Amino acid sequence: MPRRVAAQTAVQHGMSNISLFLILLAPFAGIFAVSVAAGFSRSLGAWAAGASMAAGLVAALQLAPQVFSGSVVLWRVAWLPEWGLDFALRLDGLGLLFVVLILGIGLLIVLYAAYYMPQTDNLGRFYIALLGFAGGMLGIVLAENILLMVVFWEVTSLTSFLLIAYKYADVEARIAARLSLAMTGGGGLALLAGALLLGHVAGSYDFSVIEDRAGLVRDNALYPVILILFLLGAFTKSAQFPFHVWLPHAMAAPTPVSAYLHSATMVKAGVFLLARMYPILAGTELWFVIVSTTGAITFLYGAYIALLKHDLKGLLAYSTISHLGLITLLFGLDTPLAAIAGVFHIINHAIFKASLFMAAGIIDHETGTRDMRRMAGLFKAMPRTAILGILAAASMAGVPLLNGFLSKEMFFTATVAHPGFENAIYLLPAFATIAGMLSVAYSVRFVHDVFFDGPVKKTPKVPHEPPVWMRLPIEVLVGLVLIVGFLPQLSVGPILHTAAEAVLPGPVPDIKLAVWHGFNLPLVMTIMAFGLGILQFSRRHKLYALRDRFAFALTSPVAFERFYRAAARLSTALLAFADTQSLQRYLALFFSFAVIAGVWAWVRIDLTGGGATVLTGPLPILAVDATAVVAAATLVFAALGTVVFRHDRLKALIYMSVAGTVVSLAFLRFHAPDLAMTQLSVEVVTILLLLMCLRYLPERSARQSTTGRRMRDGLLATAAGTGVAALTYAMLTRPYETIAAYHMANAKPLGGGTNVVNVILVDFRGYDTLGEIAVLAMAALGLHALLSGTRMQGPGGPTLASADRYPIMLAELMRPLLPLSLAVAAYIFLRGHNLPGGGFIAGLVAAVALVLQYVAQGTDFAGERLRINTVRLLGIGLGIATLTGVASFVFGYPFLTSTHGYVTPPVIDKFELASAIAFDLGVFLVVIGTVLLALTELAGLRRAEDVAVPAKGDA
Amino acid sequence: MMAHLPILPVLIPLCAAVALLLATGASIAFKRALSLLAIAALVAAAVAQLVMADDGGIRVYRLGDWPAPYGIVLMLDRLAALMVALTSLLAVPVLLAAMSGTDTRGRHFHAFLQFQLMGLNGAFLTGDLFNLFVFFEILLLASYGLLVHGGGLRRARAGIAYVVLNLSGSALFLIALGLLYGFLGTLNMVDFGVALQKVAPADQGVVAVMCVLLVSVFLLKAAVLPIGFWLPSVYSAATLPVAALFVIMTKVGVYALLRVVTIGLLAAPFTAGLLQPWLTWLALGTIAVGSAGMLAAGSLSVVIANIVIVSGGTLLLAVAEPSAASISAALYYLVQTTVVTGALFVFADHLSRQRGEAADGFGDGPRLASYTNLGLAYLVLAVAACGAPPLSGFLGKIMMMQAMQPSLHPVLVWTALVLSGFVAALVLARAASVFFWEPGAPGIEERPDVPYRPAWGATAAIVIMLIAVLTVSFAAAPVSAYARAAAEQMLARDAYVSAVIGDPARIDRELRP
Repeated sequence: MPRRVAAQTAVQHGMSNISLFLILLAPFAGIFAVSVAAGFSRSLGAWAAGASMAAGLVAALQLAPQVFSGSVVLWRVAWLPEWGLDFALRLDGLGLLFVVLILGIGLLIVLYAAYYMPQTDNLGRFYIALLGFAGGMLGIVLAENILLMVVFWEVTSLTSFLLIAYKYADVEARIAARLSLAMTGGGGLALLAGALLLGHVAGSYDFSVIEDRAGLVRDNALYPVILILFLLGAFTKSAQFPFHVWLPHAMAAPTPVSAYLHSATMVKAGVFLLARMYPILAGTELWFVIVSTTGAITFLYGAYIALLKHDLKGLLAYSTISHLGLITLLFGLDTPLAAIAGVFHIINHAIFKASLFMAAGIIDHETGTRDMRRMAGLFKAMPRTAILGILAAASMAGVPLLNGFLSKEMFFTATVAHPGFENAIYLLPAFATIAGMLSVAYSVRFVHDVFFDGPVKKTPKVPHEPPVWMRLPIEVLVGLVLIVGFLPQLSVGPILHTAAEAVLPGPVPDIKLAVWHGFNLPLVMTIMAFGLGILQFSRRHKLYALRDRFAFALTSPVAFERFYRAAARLSTALLAFADTQSLQRYLALFFSFAVIAGVWAWVRIDLTGGGATVLTGPLPILAVDATAVVAAATLVFAALGTVVFRHDRLKALIYMSVAGTVVSLAFLRFHAPDLAMTQLSVEVVTILLLLMCLRYLPERSARQSTTGRRMRDGLLATAAGTGVAALTYAMLTRPYETIAAYHMANAKPLGGGTNVVNVILVDFRGYDTLGEIAVLAMAALGLHALLSGTRMQGPGGPTLASADRYPIMLAELMRPLLPLSLAVAAYIFLRGHNLPGGGFIAGLVAAVALVLQYVAQGTDFAGERLRINTVRLLGIGLGIATLTGVASFVFGYPFLTSTHGYVTPPVIDKFELASAIAFDLGVFLVVIGTVLLALTELAGLRRAEDVAVPAKGDA
Repeated sequence: MMAHLPILPVLIPLCAAVALLLATGASIAFKRALSLLAIAALVAAAVAQLVMADDGGIRVYRLGDWPAPYGIVLMLDRLAALMVALTSLLAVPVLLAAMSGTDTRGRHFHAFLQFQLMGLNGAFLTGDLFNLFVFFEILLLASYGLLVHGGGLRRARAGIAYVVLNLSGSALFLIALGLLYGFLGTLNMVDFGVALQKVAPADQGVVAVMCVLLVSVFLLKAAVLPIGFWLPSVYSAATLPVAALFVIMTKVGVYALLRVVTIGLLAAPFTAGLLQPWLTWLALGTIAVGSAGMLAAGSLSVVIANIVIVSGGTLLLAVAEPSAASISAALYYLVQTTVVTGALFVFADHLSRQRGEAADGFGDGPRLASYTNLGLAYLVLAVAACGAPPLSGFLGKIMMMQAMQPSLHPVLVWTALVLSGFVAALVLARAASVFFWEPGAPGIEERPDVPYRPAWGATAAIVIMLIAVLTVSFAAAPVSAYARAAAEQMLARDAYVSAVIGDPARIDRELRP
């Protein structure tokens, strides 16, 4: 291996020119031009596409002198500099070469497609995708920032997806497009990872900088990873074995697309990457081994399969794979000569392969078939096309005086005496000769089977020459084949030299391109390859027989679809296992999660040695008295009862209400009368409402869980309950720091009330209360929305309801009780700020009174007498609370700031009034509104039932 | 009014909701106009907040004029302003999309929408843990109302599961908060961090358990594995404009985690590493499950829901290993994924209206009538969603990859980030093939008799979303710079302490009993 000297950049950097951006802009601007122009006429769209390609070419040629003089043109706009991504472009020799190939051949493709594609297609969509693709390719070759290169890399993946699927009515085209997206896009992701790592290692994402630090990169421990990721990108794009599978299927695309993608672009992006990264990543044993081996295998494999293909485009596809293998091999050989040969073959292959694809397209177009077994003797029918095709194929085979010969000769030369094979000096030349032989064989087959091989066979269409303009692109390209073949130094010498300057880190060896190098070993290898190739061709039928016996099933694009579906099925099965869509499971998972996380956090403290896991705090436990024991026992009893009778809804509800009552007693025991009152009234209202709901539910819930699941849930409940109990114990046995003193001290002087609980509710934390009444209002609204239009029937049927009239005693008692209870509510409301009470409790008390009216008198009676728009009532309540808060804006205070003072209304004595009472009024109204809404809605269900519409509820 | 700016994003939707309740009998046109007006005002307020917060200051708004930690304060920093702005901007296309039909399929849609916005903004702005709980409740109820909007058995079922699971989460939230209050004697977020630093070694085990319980609640909201299975059925059951709004809901969980971690847990050594290493593993698992969910999905909305799951997992990677780089990457990622997935739901709404019975499923449906524009929109959104260049998903991905490179498991993290995008690309490409390329099934009308004419609101919604996606992509630098500044601000805890409670020593605390 030649040790590489630290990369030297003889070129001068920093020439900045906007033309560089224009090259890239041209195709993207062309997209808009085409989308407008194609609306007018088909040919106008073609002109627009051609013009934009030409414009880009002009911009590039304008910069060519600078590049030839040895400078690198740069242009930069910041995009996301903080993360290394910038819109930075460069134009060096390699870039210029590719720009000319991409736009030059692109221009020919635009012309060719205008004649090839059916007249019924107005081509707008075609040219738009083609220009987008060309733009992506230009971006790759012009990128100075490696992340920007990745960006454009994926742009080509995406646009080629659209191009390959152009004939989307064919299922094969659709699948082939997705396959190519998966392969090349996936490779692009590897490239992305590689680029990020490279940028991290090199400390910059700019090629110019990374190139200077190439030695640093190669010495880094991450170098093998970076290399492999980059190679994955390159190999998938340029269809190297075993990532070549997408390419043959991509032949489902229209021929102009194939001609473009598989000659100058797409697949060339992969080898471009090899060339671009050559000064940075090459020069190591690893590079040599991986790249040359992959290239060699692909070279041979592609050539072998190409011979076996009966489909014209299939043959060309595999020959493309083979030639890309050759180019990869050349870069892998890692000598200056081989690298230059690689760049040279990129040019030559682009030229002859584009013309071959176009010739194949003409044949397909004029005969109606691409199967070589169904055609013969086309030389007679279309002699001009035949001559062009023969010349291009000869170039592919490496016939002297054509351009393909020159780079193949350089390849043979590079294999002779390669420093990597000092011990087996004949191995590499022998391999090269065999591969050359196969190339000759399939080229001969192409020419023989299509143009000769007896008289013209009967094809779907009667073959004749294509229109002149359709042939013109091929004539131009074949002209280039000849010009380069005859006058290599004069025609491509300069650009090859500048391109080589960009690829080779060291000085470029002085290579004279010439047709005749004298009688030497490479020439002998060429002669041998031709002899053996023709021999091979003559024995091809044995190979066909062999192929037919061992045909691979994986060659159909359907294999990809099958693979995809298998992955989808596997995912579905895995998910079905993990996620049964059962609420019980979700809850079990959630509680297990909390329990495990809690235990883990506990254990972790021990493990990390940070603190200690002490459960019991220093405080003594209060003496247990009889009340506490009874209360606790009742609670446990009630909780267990709820669980045991969970299927008997009424009983479960009764047990629940017992628990609620005990909790309110506990509040009382610990001197929290507000809480006790709240809890008690909430209890009454909710239980009553639930009872009303029970009517519409089956008496017993139907499904019983399995014993296993009950065990699981039981264990889980025990664990979670124990955990919470332990934490509570830990908390209660410790002294606590509190900020309550502030609340106690300021409730009266600043809050205007002596009931600290109420001052907290409406003042200190009035904002929370505002939120909670919004929640309450929404709960009511939700009920209203859910039950709208719902008609339900209790399981007992409508007759059951009317069988039992309302108890007369209760009814008579309740009527006078209503004003009384409302008065109590008002009293509780007014005294709230200083004594236990307040809007919330008052609202509940009033609500209880109303609920009782419903119970006693029936929904019809009560509903008729309470004609209130409950939704609006909710709005009024919330509105009053909100407005009270907003009012403080007027005085320059924040939202919900309260004030208080003394008022002296008539009749009663003066008393202190806080503005918070207005807020509390809002709370009061929302509570009443909520309960009333729930009542009227449930009553609405009943009325609907009495009408006895036997419609099922749908919500 | 500028002094009251921090409260406006809560007050505006609240007032709108009140007005909508008062005008309960009014015409739908009136309600729409009211709703739209309120959201326009909200956007103005949110943008003003964004500008205000970008000077780097932390605005404290004392509700009821009570100082922290005794009363509730709002805390307007860059993070809060960003989240509020994102929510408010998302609300515009959501409302526009809903206005073209779905808002009349049930009662009170607009009121619920406004309450939902109030809940979201309130949660983002509050500086108080209990108040966060309250706003979580508002969110929950409002989202329940929106979820079941439109009726039908499927929504009702999804709604029950959603509300029961989330109420369990609320219960745990309350238990954890009660216990923490019992130990630390504060509910203020900043003060919570201060108090954590003073926890005696003997109490650290118990307090750590409580903190982890609190975190569990937020993880439920963020739909992490294994407690995120609820998400796909909920998101795909909702009407599509509502689903578009719901994409911000998982972000509330992520937001709460970021907030509690940076302001609280990171303050004390014994809680700083509380989420490690398990959250990284769960986040990776979430990404894996979301990817599998995409592959298994039978409709576009389920695919999008799984993209939401994957993006949640991605964000949790940053939460698990918080640093200036990871948080700033995550914030950019959060903005872009919210916009993109929201846009995709709006798109799915368009699509399913054209496909009749087939809706957004991958089954055979009629060929689409309006082709090109819808195809282009899909192209943009799919590219952004699967993290392909050159759009925002790609930018978010490279930021996350770079930021997570120094993490504990960089190889796994990178693989997860890259492969999940790959799977998304495959799935979205197949969806494109089905929706745009496959010929209509036999027996299904090739093209509808009447060409589909989307309502102006629906068109406006998708156009706004597309502009947003492109803006986040090509004007990424300012967004990213803002995210970086927000991340650095979040990690500078001292500034929060001095802004919110001043000198911690002067807090009036007493030890009882």
